[in-house]
Amino acid sequence: MTNTTKSSGKSYKKEMPILWWTRRTSHIIFVMRELTSLGVAYFAIILLLLIGAISQGEESYYEFIKLMKSPILIWLSIISLLGLIFHSVTWFNLAPKAMVVKFGKYRIPGIVIMLSNYAGWIVISIIVGRFLLY
Amino acid sequence: MKSHVEPFWWSLFGAGGAISALFLPVLSIIIGLAIPFGWIDIPSYEHIYGIFEPLSVRLVLLAIISLSLFHWAHRFRFTLYEGLQLHRFKYIIAILCYGSAITIVAFASYSLWNY
Repeated sequence: MTNTTKSSGKSYKKEMPILWWTRRTSHIIFVMRELTSLGVAYFAIILLLLIGAISQGEESYYEFIKLMKSPILIWLSIISLLGLIFHSVTWFNLAPKAMVVKFGKYRIPGIVIMLSNYAGWIVISIIVGRFLLY
Repeated sequence: MKSHVEPFWWSLFGAGGAISALFLPVLSIIIGLAIPFGWIDIPSYEHIYGIFEPLSVRLVLLAIISLSLFHWAHRFRFTLYEGLQLHRFKYIIAILCYGSAITIVAFASYSLWNY
């Protein structure tokens, strides 16, 4: 095999078709993971609208909840929730690669870092749920 | 985007990825499904208003909202120009992504401050 990428001094860019990522399952999963960011942004905006409705008064708060019951928003909630969960799982699974925690010479094993992320997820979910509802 | 600002956007992406992974699923289940489907009673207005009254709670919420948006901006920017091969529009995509995130964050700060 010849390597021509460095010889010319200019970097070589291969033309890629727009749907290049549909050829392999791993690429599709990669793109799906990237697209979870849409669910993240969507729900951040929903949170912002909720807080806006609450600060406007009782009527707009119940109006907002009524809006969340509309079929379109129910579907958007379901789709974005699936994306959010996929985001959390892929994020925590990659955590051992992103976080290297050392005590002196001892490096904390990746599995411990991953499991502590999941534990944090569960604890925060319980706290937020209780905080919001009771 | 000049390369020296990349670490800045990347750190916001990382912080946003972590905070959204930890906080958003539970909030989304409660607000998006459990309340609309009637699995749980709708929290009373007095209760829900009181929750967000302390400034500290609103600051946490602002952190969740803004870091999530910066997470989106960074990731979606690369999704667009790698995924759709839009390298020619690199700069305009970056400006649109970070710009819309900054705009919404400014709006969020304003409305959370004037709660």
